[in-house]
Amino acid sequence: MNQITNEPLDRQADKTGQDKPPLLYDACIIGGGVIGCSIAQALSRYDMRIVLLEKNTDVSEGTTKANSAIIHAGYDAKPGSEKARTNVRGNRMFEAWCRELHVPFKRNTSLVLAFSEDGIKGLAELKKRGEANGVEGLHLLDRSQLQQREPHVSPAAHAALLAESGGICCPYQLTIALASQAVQNGLDLKLSCRAGRIRRHQGVFEIETSKGVVRSKVLINAAGVYADEINNQLSTYTFKITPRRGEYWLLDKSASDVFKATLFQLPTAMGKGILVSPTVDGTLILGPTAEDVTDKEDVRTTQEKLVEILDTASMSWAEIPRHQFITAFSGLRAHADSNDFILGFSPDVPGLINAAGIESPGLTSAPAIGQELAEMAAGFVQAGKKNSYQPAYQPAVPFREMSHQQRHQAILKNPQVGRIVCRCEQVSEAEIRDAISRPVGAATLDGIKRRTRAGMGRCQGGFCTPKVISLLSDELQVSPLALTKAGGRSQILTGRIGQIDLDHKENTHHG
Amino acid sequence: MDERKETTQKPAADTPCLAPGSGRDIEAELQPPVDQVDLVVIGGGPAGLAAAVSAWDAGCRSLLIIERDDRLGGILNQCIHNGFGIFRFNEELTGPEYASRYIEEVKRRGIPYLCSTMALELTQDKRVIVVSPKIGLKQIQAGAVILAMGCRERPRGALGIPGTRCAGIMTTGTAQRLSNLEGYMPGRRIVILGSGDIGLIMARRMTFEGAQVLACLEIMPYSSGLTRNVVQCLQDFDIPLMLNHTVIDIHGKERLEGVTIAGVNPDTRAVLPETARRIDCDTLLLSVGLIPENELSRQAGVTLADSTRGPVVDQYLATEIPGIYACGNVLHVHDLVDEVSAESHRAGQAAVRWLEAEKKGLITRAVLKHHAVPVIEGKGVRGVVPQFIEIGQPDAGLDVKDKWRVGFRTDGVYKGGAVVVKADQKQILRQKKLIMTPGEMVLLDLDPAKLADDALKALTIEIEGEAEHG
Amino acid sequence: MADREIICIGCPMGCTLNVTVRDQQVARVRGNVCSRGAQYAKDEVLNPKRMVTSLIAVQGREEPLSVRTEKPIPKNLIFDCLREIRKAPVTLPVAIGDVIVKNVLDTQVNIIATRDLA
Repeated sequence: MNQITNEPLDRQADKTGQDKPPLLYDACIIGGGVIGCSIAQALSRYDMRIVLLEKNTDVSEGTTKANSAIIHAGYDAKPGSEKARTNVRGNRMFEAWCRELHVPFKRNTSLVLAFSEDGIKGLAELKKRGEANGVEGLHLLDRSQLQQREPHVSPAAHAALLAESGGICCPYQLTIALASQAVQNGLDLKLSCRAGRIRRHQGVFEIETSKGVVRSKVLINAAGVYADEINNQLSTYTFKITPRRGEYWLLDKSASDVFKATLFQLPTAMGKGILVSPTVDGTLILGPTAEDVTDKEDVRTTQEKLVEILDTASMSWAEIPRHQFITAFSGLRAHADSNDFILGFSPDVPGLINAAGIESPGLTSAPAIGQELAEMAAGFVQAGKKNSYQPAYQPAVPFREMSHQQRHQAILKNPQVGRIVCRCEQVSEAEIRDAISRPVGAATLDGIKRRTRAGMGRCQGGFCTPKVISLLSDELQVSPLALTKAGGRSQILTGRIGQIDLDHKENTHHG
Repeated sequence: MDERKETTQKPAADTPCLAPGSGRDIEAELQPPVDQVDLVVIGGGPAGLAAAVSAWDAGCRSLLIIERDDRLGGILNQCIHNGFGIFRFNEELTGPEYASRYIEEVKRRGIPYLCSTMALELTQDKRVIVVSPKIGLKQIQAGAVILAMGCRERPRGALGIPGTRCAGIMTTGTAQRLSNLEGYMPGRRIVILGSGDIGLIMARRMTFEGAQVLACLEIMPYSSGLTRNVVQCLQDFDIPLMLNHTVIDIHGKERLEGVTIAGVNPDTRAVLPETARRIDCDTLLLSVGLIPENELSRQAGVTLADSTRGPVVDQYLATEIPGIYACGNVLHVHDLVDEVSAESHRAGQAAVRWLEAEKKGLITRAVLKHHAVPVIEGKGVRGVVPQFIEIGQPDAGLDVKDKWRVGFRTDGVYKGGAVVVKADQKQILRQKKLIMTPGEMVLLDLDPAKLADDALKALTIEIEGEAEHG
Repeated sequence: MADREIICIGCPMGCTLNVTVRDQQVARVRGNVCSRGAQYAKDEVLNPKRMVTSLIAVQGREEPLSVRTEKPIPKNLIFDCLREIRKAPVTLPVAIGDVIVKNVLDTQVNIIATRDLA
């Protein structure tokens, strides 16, 4: 059963057989973020029937698409916490994991900056905590050592803690790759499928969804900011998830060689600080702020916070080139009231596995969490591993990463490689078509962006949007009018020309 | 249609043009010999077309236009409104008509061009790497290069307008392409941010298609568009032009549902929160500035000016790298395509004269400037082009008979002021101007005879008078 | 008899012209700083004209055909003209300059194609 229901349109939502009795899955994962997809990928190695429910039209649409993309070393979390344990373990797994999934990863190192004499003590404490967590490669740097490593760092930085194991990755490409590999290995991925009421009846979870009832022996709750709503329906061990909004600025590639490492700021009474980091795409990211909000979809940016980022980040980087901003965005972190990850079996509901409260360093922890929770789920249904396992889908090498010789040969084989659709990021028509037709393919403008970077560069889709619309329309065989930015009612176009009645338009008689 | 265009091109017999056909020996392509072309024009929009035509007419027979779109004409193809060509052709044309005049000129001469071809790299020694679906990747060694890549629009992110990131927000240029070339409407209830000419033109265009344009907002105290467009695109249809206003928040989770607008202090441009109000709309079109596309120029090591964000050039449109020229909106953003054409004609001629001089061995300097006199932006003056005047013995063969054209913008609205040009301390030109606004480039023609002074250190252009609010 | 305010488009000055109309004649223009303003006021008040540029959706084609009036037409006919343009039948191929609508709204002005469409 390998059914990808990534239809671009909700009109196709009810195609799944209403007349057949619903399948009984061994495991059902709620949430298609990096955690849900990591669990799905790990579970797809087992001889199990699994399904993943994602309310959005694509995976990676929640917290996963809008965070700092940092692979933390693990000095930050409290020793003994789930955060500390899975962070350090996840960090060690990350590089090989990304390689296996053909997604970018860079161990660019992290630096925690201190801006006062007091701060130097703070760095030493951080180093001690990191060592208690099992982090290797932590070093204290004085100002000259710091300036030598990062000549553009603000002279206000007195000293730094270097974490050699700090890295950066691309969370949404990673998540798409995880989902793809899981689907290739049998995951039933249900997109645009929102989980509603859930009950456990005769040892089976019955989940009402926007696409009918899903039945499963194990329920894995990876619902991000909604994880409390899932758990609290079933368990008396309730918890609360607070959406904590973080806003970011992104800078153009021309600023990319300013810093090698991710620059954190030592938390002070003034706040947790703002990071400045290169991204694996060559841009630079500044952020995040931290603000508790009530609406679980409220990913606005605000004037105050965007200014706050600049003010705070300028401690690390005195001369932020403001004309190089290309976009601002925000994401919600799922903060649990316990301030730690909630991982594993529910104490009172057999078969319910939580992966909740996964805020930072959740991305780093994802490979460890995926593996551990998959083992639990497999153990619960006593499933063994499959004999064969499909390797991860390998997308075509992006044009921008090819050598000239490779480009030339690739174009001779497929002329679409030579048609550059997104000029800022040098994305070819071949890449865009591949992003649509690949396993867990793109069906929206944002889906194309995250799979290919088309529209993510300095012009932000100004030139390529019309071309991407026409490629999506061609590959998916739908009208451009049906295409959306990110599913739902986010249509990009409102009609053909010549269709709005001109009757209300009167001829002008005045000057 | 585009196929037809490409196959009808007939390069002159002595032109070492790249064959655009795909049916050639693949083995040979794998180790492609580097093509030698005297002049490569990067960009087949109004600037590139005019430069190529002039270069041909100046005697160059080895040249090539590189165009990334699938047809020549550039942005003019989507500018279906009138107002083009009043100066150049003495009649009022639309963008596609203006472009077609130049495309005809290119075809009549048999100037070779490659469409659907993107210049990926440009080196300091004028090696151009291009890519296209038909010829693959190709290296071209150019004798001279004319940069004519045009400009792009500033996106929302560059402004950091807060709010949600929903559908229904795009630049006016994207909306213009969608409606005029592809036949799709970007929305029904539209707010336009920015009163540059594209914003004004799109207000009328959308009105003509039956959409409601609710307001055109401008953060500055004056419109940066032509008065004619303010009257004929907004006033004619009762579309309010709200000066000293901007968008401070964007609402809507999936598709845009509304924007919050507010007035700003005309001096500091600080938002006046008490004036904030919401306008319900499904579309926000942004017309908030154009940025010359100089990624290739930067790769080649061409120095860029902060105030224009285009290459630093002398009066011959020569950049600081010998043999690399720039014209059109990649150099500085123009108001009128007619002026783009005029400037590009000069660039085409100058590049050919330079090529001839170089072939005769008259140019040996690694760095161009012999006696480059800086043109300094004095009081009230921004974005001056050229940034240098080559005063001394110009590169052999360059024509010094023509007047030297200098263009710039003022930093505010000046009524009853004057432009003053000083050679060091001496005033050599004073022109009274009824009005100068940042929306209209001021053009001056300097007399070379008055500047032939070996002791000259700097030219300064300044504005007499006081800036006012509109 | 009435006073009307219009903005002169002769130059970026954008003078606000106060125009007094008497017996369908321009009796007085105030607010102009040059003679062009007076002439503009006269034309604009007595006989305002505009070029009209628009699009025609062509059956079976994504790309629309762009068209314009050959000459300016009376301003009060803009929307009627747009309606005529929308209705106009288009037979491909069309070449730039082809007449798409003859003598639109009896103005003696033709609507012509501004691009080739094959």
